[in-house]
Amino acid sequence: MKDKALHFAFRYGAIIVIIGVITFFSVRLPYFFSLNNFADILGSITIVTFVAIGVTLSLIVDGFDLSVGSTVSLTTIGAASLMIWYEQPLYIVILVPLIIGAVIGLLNAFLIVKLRIPDLLATLAMMYIVGGIHKTYTQGYNIYNHMAFQDGTKAPGEMTKSFLQLGQGKWLGIPISVILLLIAVAVVHIFLTRTKYGRQMYVTGGNVEAARLSGIKVNKVRTLAYVASGVFAAIGGILFASRVGSGQIDAGSPLLMESVAAVFVGFSVFGAGKPNVIGTFIGSVLIGVLVNGLTMMNLQYFTHDIVKGTVLVLALAVTFYVLNRSKT
Amino acid sequence: MSSSFRLEMKSITKQFAGIPALQGVDFSVNGGQIHALLGANGAGKSTLMKILSGAYYPDEGEILAQGKLLELTSPAASKQGGIHCVYQEVDSALVPQLNVVENVMLDSLSAKNSRIWLNPTRMEEKVKSILNRLNVNIDIQSKVSDLSLAEKQMVLIARTLAQDAKVIIFDEPTAPLSESESRSFFRILHGLRDSGVACIFITHRLPEVLEHCDCVTVMRDGRKVHTGDTRETNAEQLIEQMLGKTFEEEFPKVDAEIGEVIFEASNIRRGHQLRGVDIKVRSGEIVAVVGLVGAGKTELARILSGADRMDSGAISMKGKSLKLKQPADAVAAGIVLVPEERRKQGIFIQDSVEHNLSLPVLDLVSRMGFVAARREKERANRLVDALGIKAASGKQALQYLSGGNQQKVAIGKWLESSSDVFIFDEPTKGVDIGAKSDIFRIIGDLAAQGKGILYFTCELAEGLGIGDRIAVMSDGQITKEFKRGEADQAQLLYYASGGTEVTTYEG
Repeated sequence: MKDKALHFAFRYGAIIVIIGVITFFSVRLPYFFSLNNFADILGSITIVTFVAIGVTLSLIVDGFDLSVGSTVSLTTIGAASLMIWYEQPLYIVILVPLIIGAVIGLLNAFLIVKLRIPDLLATLAMMYIVGGIHKTYTQGYNIYNHMAFQDGTKAPGEMTKSFLQLGQGKWLGIPISVILLLIAVAVVHIFLTRTKYGRQMYVTGGNVEAARLSGIKVNKVRTLAYVASGVFAAIGGILFASRVGSGQIDAGSPLLMESVAAVFVGFSVFGAGKPNVIGTFIGSVLIGVLVNGLTMMNLQYFTHDIVKGTVLVLALAVTFYVLNRSKT
Repeated sequence: MSSSFRLEMKSITKQFAGIPALQGVDFSVNGGQIHALLGANGAGKSTLMKILSGAYYPDEGEILAQGKLLELTSPAASKQGGIHCVYQEVDSALVPQLNVVENVMLDSLSAKNSRIWLNPTRMEEKVKSILNRLNVNIDIQSKVSDLSLAEKQMVLIARTLAQDAKVIIFDEPTAPLSESESRSFFRILHGLRDSGVACIFITHRLPEVLEHCDCVTVMRDGRKVHTGDTRETNAEQLIEQMLGKTFEEEFPKVDAEIGEVIFEASNIRRGHQLRGVDIKVRSGEIVAVVGLVGAGKTELARILSGADRMDSGAISMKGKSLKLKQPADAVAAGIVLVPEERRKQGIFIQDSVEHNLSLPVLDLVSRMGFVAARREKERANRLVDALGIKAASGKQALQYLSGGNQQKVAIGKWLESSSDVFIFDEPTKGVDIGAKSDIFRIIGDLAAQGKGILYFTCELAEGLGIGDRIAVMSDGQITKEFKRGEADQAQLLYYASGGTEVTTYEG
């Protein structure tokens, strides 16, 4: 009986919490339950969801990537500076950050797969290195259109309209970033559940030695997962620059915690019991709804961390408690 | 010392997943006695000892000390009752960074009534007196990581004495020891006996039993078949009692046509474990590689399948030489391994039967990278029927299947992979008798299809029963090869133990 209740909580807990939270805010806040507000919520979670997709992929191969937050910071600064300092064309502004993300992923993979440093420690170190690089690169300043340098000169460029479209534009009333996100979620979901490559990733994460003996090139699979993680964080960084129209220092640091929370909420959605991208998306929505509602209730910004942290702890508690019970 | 101490286990019964491991076993030991416990693999002696040390709880039966009922519900309860175990894996029980004194007194550190403040002088004195009692000369300040294996064993024995052990179980203590080390071990064992400790001695070496033990109990298939004074028995009798029915009576062999050599490995070396192994397999041939635990069988199996790297040596397949950097290379060349540690290395326990079966052949069931669910399912159903895998459905997770059925999945996933050489490492370990005969049938069928089979086992009877050729491995080398029907178990034993101790038996 107790087990059944537990499994029900595991399967539908996240969904019930989301519905509960939405109902609560809808009753308390007159403007909450509206199409516009939901579009806002979706818009607000696109960046963190892209980052969370990357975290999902690293978790699937039984890894962990703490460096995603600073990767977002570096790539958002990278995109902004390419446009504002160096007036580069759009494709360079998008391509270079993606390459940066991939390189960070490769470095992570090198440390973890080749040198066998535990994933948490390797990516923790990488998180500080990448974070340091982005601050050194900008000398600690935000990057904005025609910003003034310390020597009195001004930056030549500004963010182009086409670049700003990515994060701010709408198509048939739907934010373009949301459309991009939904496409990404669908593609990654199909990749993970329907292709042999997705299967190989789950298998590698599930039992690396058995996967190796089955003829899977596990080091390659793990490397690619970290590269993908870096690239998705880079997409988040590009969108961030486009959304705010400038390059903000430390833009990504709150995103690490939010994306990890989203992934672990997603662990238990529909009883998956493993990292999965649909669950991650739903986890992001939950966090987005919470932040949106709390903001509308005029709670101070810094209290949000308490709420987000609590959501993460609850998600972790449900996930690990049920997973460990079912093992024995 | 009270040599009147008596420990009795009465009609102990224990099942695992419905498979009986022990059936009504009686066993007793007295203080001041060395009692040997003998039996082949799976005879149930380690299960019996695990019950005594509190790791398992019996389904039926009772354990009495001095006629009083003992409830051994946990390892701590057993230790409370004065029952201690000296495991073969000494390193797992010691803390290498600490010195001898701290290791000997380790349990008193965690005891409920121990003092908060340590008293180094008193600890040292106690350890010194114990080591004196054992007549052992070890520097008590040296770190355990610097000690030899034999010395570590002494530290473990001292540790049991520090807790006033009444019964000490020795699990194959002499297996890793050199001859002179063994001699000093027995000197200590006799000393323990004379001071009134009840010693239970698990071993495979019959001469040790006959020379050093007072009485002997032989187990077979979860039952006790013999208990008696060692002076009233001999090696032949003991072997006969351990073996029972022959393998061939139980599992008839499938006929297969033997062709050309397809797989060849020469002069395989790796550290001390493999010291120049040569082996050949012909198509349709089952080569059984038998040897005691620690002979290097698993190491060889893993190198031949690309799971580990060798120091030197050559592997070739159908005359083409191979460089195996990782298992994927071996799989691509048509060599597959069914590993010994099934749950850890062979299968994905949380995943479904279908997914497990299609893993090595994802290319066959997918189109342009997409897995075709219908094809995957059809293929899985076909294999489940062919192999006799008992599962509720193809969607069932492997963790809910019995060990035998899990093993069939671990083997079955390779069946349609068009591999030519199958390497099995102890495939019948932890498998019930029904699944065992299914597994032998599958292996026989593979040979009949012209595949080459390498069958690694420490069960001599299995090797004799299934092998067209039997290669005996000992201490990292293949010491002798027999054709089918040329050898009997006693001969295999002789060569498996290095040709020095005729009556050594692996169990």
